[in-house]
Amino acid sequence: MATKLLIDAIRDTLFEEMRGDDRIIVLGEDVGKRGGVFRVTAGLIDEFGEERVIDTPLAESSIVGVAIGAALHGLLPVAEIQFFDFIHPAMDQIMNEAAKIRYRSGGDFDCPIVIRTPYGGGVHGALYHSQSLESAFTREPGLKVVAPVNPADAAGLLRSAIHDPDPVLFLEHKKAYRLIRDEVPENGHTVPIGKAKVVKEGSDVTIISYGMMLYESLAAANALEEKDGSSVEVIDLRTLRPLDKETILASVAKTGKVLIVHEANKVGGVGAEVAALIAEEAFPYLDGPIMRVAGPEVPAMPFSPPLEQAYLPNAEKIGAALEQLAAF
Amino acid sequence: MTSPDGSRTKDLTLGKDDLLHLYRQMVAIRKFEERAAEQYAHGKIGGFLHLYIGEEAIAVGAIDAMEDRDHVVTHYRDHGYAIALGTDPRRLMAELFGRSTGVAGGRGGSMHFADPEHNFWGGYAIVAGHLPIATGLALASQYLEQNYVVLCFFGDGATNNGAFHESLNFASLWKLPVLFICENNQYGMGTAVEYASAVREMAKKAIAYDIPAERIDGQDVLEVREAVKKALDHCRAGNGPFFLEALTYRFRGHSMADPEAYRTKEEVEEWRREDPILRFRGKLLAEGVATEDELNAIDSEVDAQMEEAVRFADESPVPDPSTLTDYVYTEPVAVR
Repeated sequence: MATKLLIDAIRDTLFEEMRGDDRIIVLGEDVGKRGGVFRVTAGLIDEFGEERVIDTPLAESSIVGVAIGAALHGLLPVAEIQFFDFIHPAMDQIMNEAAKIRYRSGGDFDCPIVIRTPYGGGVHGALYHSQSLESAFTREPGLKVVAPVNPADAAGLLRSAIHDPDPVLFLEHKKAYRLIRDEVPENGHTVPIGKAKVVKEGSDVTIISYGMMLYESLAAANALEEKDGSSVEVIDLRTLRPLDKETILASVAKTGKVLIVHEANKVGGVGAEVAALIAEEAFPYLDGPIMRVAGPEVPAMPFSPPLEQAYLPNAEKIGAALEQLAAF
Repeated sequence: MTSPDGSRTKDLTLGKDDLLHLYRQMVAIRKFEERAAEQYAHGKIGGFLHLYIGEEAIAVGAIDAMEDRDHVVTHYRDHGYAIALGTDPRRLMAELFGRSTGVAGGRGGSMHFADPEHNFWGGYAIVAGHLPIATGLALASQYLEQNYVVLCFFGDGATNNGAFHESLNFASLWKLPVLFICENNQYGMGTAVEYASAVREMAKKAIAYDIPAERIDGQDVLEVREAVKKALDHCRAGNGPFFLEALTYRFRGHSMADPEAYRTKEEVEEWRREDPILRFRGKLLAEGVATEDELNAIDSEVDAQMEEAVRFADESPVPDPSTLTDYVYTEPVAVR
C-alpha cells in the first residue's frame, strides 16, 4: 500500500477516475493550466485536455450551475470552488437547484455533481480564506456533505462522490493537504458516504470530530490516557450529511459521555445537530452533559497568529473539556 | 410604450397544415390558461399562478422551429412551453391541481413543470437561476457531440441579474450551442423596464458579450418562428450562442393576485390589440388560408380538450402523504 499526502490522494483519485470514465469533467477557477490554487488538479489538463479540465471565469454561481446542467444530460462534473469562502455566490444554484432538482422532478432528473472545495483555518488565510461553512449545507435535504481528512478516506469518498447520482459537497481541509500522510489502498477502493469511522476505541468518553480537529482530539485523548488512564473513543464523522446515526449512538451507549469538537462556529454548527440527535435518541445512556468545543462567536478567522490560535480549538482546550466531562 | 409595428409580418411560406398547427398551439395555451384561471377562481388551484396570456406566439413560434433533439429550459411562467412541446394538458392541469397524476406528481405546481420525454428541463422560479443550467446543458451537447441546441427562455427582469451575465459570458467564451430568448414583456413583476434596466434594449446586453442578437416582434408567431430557425442554425453550426429579444406584453397580472397598479388600462388595451392569436387568425383569414368555420372548429376542439384536462385533473387522486420523503435522494436516506 502506498503512503500519500492528502492532496496527492485526492489528485491521484481524480486521475484514476477520469481515466476510467470520460463522462467526468473538472471545472473551476484556475483548475487547468494553473493546476488549482493548491495544485490539487495539477497535470490533469495535460492528460485530459481543455475539454475535460475547464478553466472558468471567476463566477461561482455559473460554475455550479453549468455543472448541474451538464450533469442533467449525462456528464459527471467535478466543480471546484477555489476556497469555501467563495461559495456564497453559488448558494442559489446549490440550495435552490442542485438540492431540489430530483425532488421537484419526482425522481426524473439526476444531479450527479461533486463540488470540491478547500476549507478551514490555521494557515493565516484571514477572513476569506479560512472559513468552515459546512453547517449552512448540512441542513439542506437533497445534498450530501463529506469532509474526509485521512488520505485513504478522501480517495475512497471522492470515488463514491463522483459516482453518486446526487449532489455531493466534498470538503478538503487546506491545512491537511500537505500535513496528513497515510496509507492509501490501491485498486479503486471506495468509502461509502454516510459512514463514520471509530479512529480510536475507548470506553469512558467519546469524542466526535472531523477535519483537522480530529488530530487535536486524538492528541487530547492520548494525553488524558497517559495522565489518568481514561479510555477515550474518537470518532471521525467523515460524512456530515447524512450523519452515521448508528456509529454515533453505539459509541454513546458504550461510554455515556460525549464531547463534540469542530473548527466551525459552535452556534448552529454540525455539533449542534449531533448533540440533538444524541439527546433525542440516546438520553438514557448519558452520564453527563453533551459538551462541545468549537469555533467562537466570531464571524471570521483573524489574520494575526495569536488571534488565529485563540480562535482555533486545540488539544489543550479539548483536554480541559474532557476533564470537565470526566467529573460527571 | 409603443406597440410593435403590426405590418412587420412575414409572408405565409408554410403550408396550410403547418399554419393551422401554429394556430392550434397558441389557442391551446390560451384556453388552457383561461381554464386554469377559472379553476383558480373556483378554489381548485391554489398558490401562485402566473399566466402567459398575450405571449403565446413566442413559445409556439420558437418550439415549432426546434428539432426533437433540442432542449428547453424556461422561467416560471412556463405553461406555454409544455403545451407547445406536446406534453399532455391533462397532466399539466393535474399538476396545477396538485394531483399525483401531474407532471411532477404534485410536487412542483404551476412554476415547475418539466417533461423529460420532450427534453423540457423545466420552469425555474428563481429569476435567472436557470440560465447557468441551460449553459451547462449546452456544454454537455458540445462535449458529447450531440449537436443539440438549448433554448433558454427568460424575461427582461432576468437580464439585470448576475447569473444572466455569467451565463452569457460562459456561453460566448466557450461557443456553446444555446439560444437565449428574452421575452421582454416590459415589466419585471410590477416594475417597468425603465425603472430596472439602464439598457432598455436587452439585445444590447448580449452584444456586450460578443453574442449576435436580434430584436423581434414577439406577437408575430411567424416572425418568431423564422428568427428562431435562423438562430438555431447559427448555434448548430458551431458558431456559439445567439440572443433573441422578443418584444411582447403580458395581458393579465403578474400572478392571480395582482392589482396592476403599475400600468394603465389604456396601455393594456393598446397591447391587447396586438393579441398574437387574433393577429394570426386575421392573417389566416385575410390570406384565405382558412375559413372562419375551420378556425372555429379548431377552437371547439381545443375547448373540448381543455374541458377534458380539467375533468382529468379534478378526478385525479391527491398525492399520498406517505410519499412526502420520496425522491430527496436516489436511494432513501434516513437522516434523522
